[in-house]
Amino acid sequence: MTPPQNFDLKSLIACPKCDALYRVGPVEKGDQAKCLRCRTVLYARRRDAGLIIISTALASTILVIAALFLPFIEISRLGFKNGSTLIDAALAFYGGPLFVLSLAVIGSIIALPLTRLFLTLYTLTPLVLNRPAWPGAKRAFRLSETLRPWSMAEIFLVGCAVSLIKLTDLARVELGPAFWMFVSVILLMAIQNSFMCRWSVWKALER
Amino acid sequence: MIVTARDKGLVCCQSCARVWPIDQPHCGACGTRLRSRDQMSLQRVWAWWIAGVLAYIPANLYPMLHTRTLLHSSEDTIIAGAFEIAAHGSIIVAGIILGASVIIPLCKFFAIAYLALAVTRGAHWPARRQFVLYEVVEFIGRWSMIDVFVVAILCSVVQLSVAASIAPGVAALAFACSVIFTMLSAQSFDPRLIWDRIETPPTKDAT
Ligand SMILES: [Zn+2]
Ligand SMILES: [Zn+2]
Repeated sequence: MTPPQNFDLKSLIACPKCDALYRVGPVEKGDQAKCLRCRTVLYARRRDAGLIIISTALASTILVIAALFLPFIEISRLGFKNGSTLIDAALAFYGGPLFVLSLAVIGSIIALPLTRLFLTLYTLTPLVLNRPAWPGAKRAFRLSETLRPWSMAEIFLVGCAVSLIKLTDLARVELGPAFWMFVSVILLMAIQNSFMCRWSVWKALER
Repeated sequence: MIVTARDKGLVCCQSCARVWPIDQPHCGACGTRLRSRDQMSLQRVWAWWIAGVLAYIPANLYPMLHTRTLLHSSEDTIIAGAFEIAAHGSIIVAGIILGASVIIPLCKFFAIAYLALAVTRGAHWPARRQFVLYEVVEFIGRWSMIDVFVVAILCSVVQLSVAASIAPGVAALAFACSVIFTMLSAQSFDPRLIWDRIETPPTKDAT
């Protein structure tokens, strides 16, 4: 990459984090470019990325929906038993003055991850099939990017582990099936994220 | 020598990295609003920063959890809760909780304030190191939500009628607000401002 001389805008790329300007040649699959100044990855195209993203997103969607109705932690103490599903955890604050927190928890561990999965599928499916993008695809992808920091499924999982240890001296605790489903969702999402090249998606949406 | 988009009379789109003439209001590829430098950035950073600090105070003063078992009932603030866990022997978990709920938020307040002051007043740190600090703050901010999730999980799981029950305290809401406000503060910061100060060309260089 070299500093640009003329002003053919389509062949230029600027680092969103530091404004450094570069010229891009034809980008092949497997190519990666980092900003020379701040090391931000400008693009990273990977082979079969679209297909991998779609399949992991589909699998995660199914797992998240199934996990909603299964217990992820079960405890018992003195003969009393209680299992808690994700929905129970999200609604823990419901009814009291802290119900706002319920909304935040539902949003960050269920609603936003699901919305992002859906938006990703909506944006990328036609692109992978070499069809023209579906209407509103640009807005869908932009929304999905805005929501990214607010979808906190992986943080919830660490929270689970911490509560488990907190609970061990209060009662007998067991991890339910939903916990392990959520673990696989997090892994799938990590794979999906590592294959996602935002620059390439925008490039493809423009056509 | 790095050439920036602004040097060439261009503006970079912060979501798709495409480049446009500097007076264009919206990105032609993805529709994001274009700003060469976000002039309002620092004002928003400080506004959210103050909100975050203010919410953090009640988060530490009021109880996070009301625990009730057959024998006794207790109310725990964040710090008291962590020390109680440490007293039970789980030093690592106590460390995670203290790290996520006390050390990370405090470091974030200082880091964001430092970055914002560095942009206006200048700083000892080189731009590269300031940028690394910015990226760390952006990455780590969400993880403070762990404690809120732990409260949600504990409250939903531990509902064993008379044997044991846990209810959320006001501090959980204040703490969640503090985390969200601080995330918004960090997101408002325009990292391109970090690099602008070093862009004045050195006078000793004749070329
Ligand atoms: Zn850069
Ligand atoms: Zn754009």
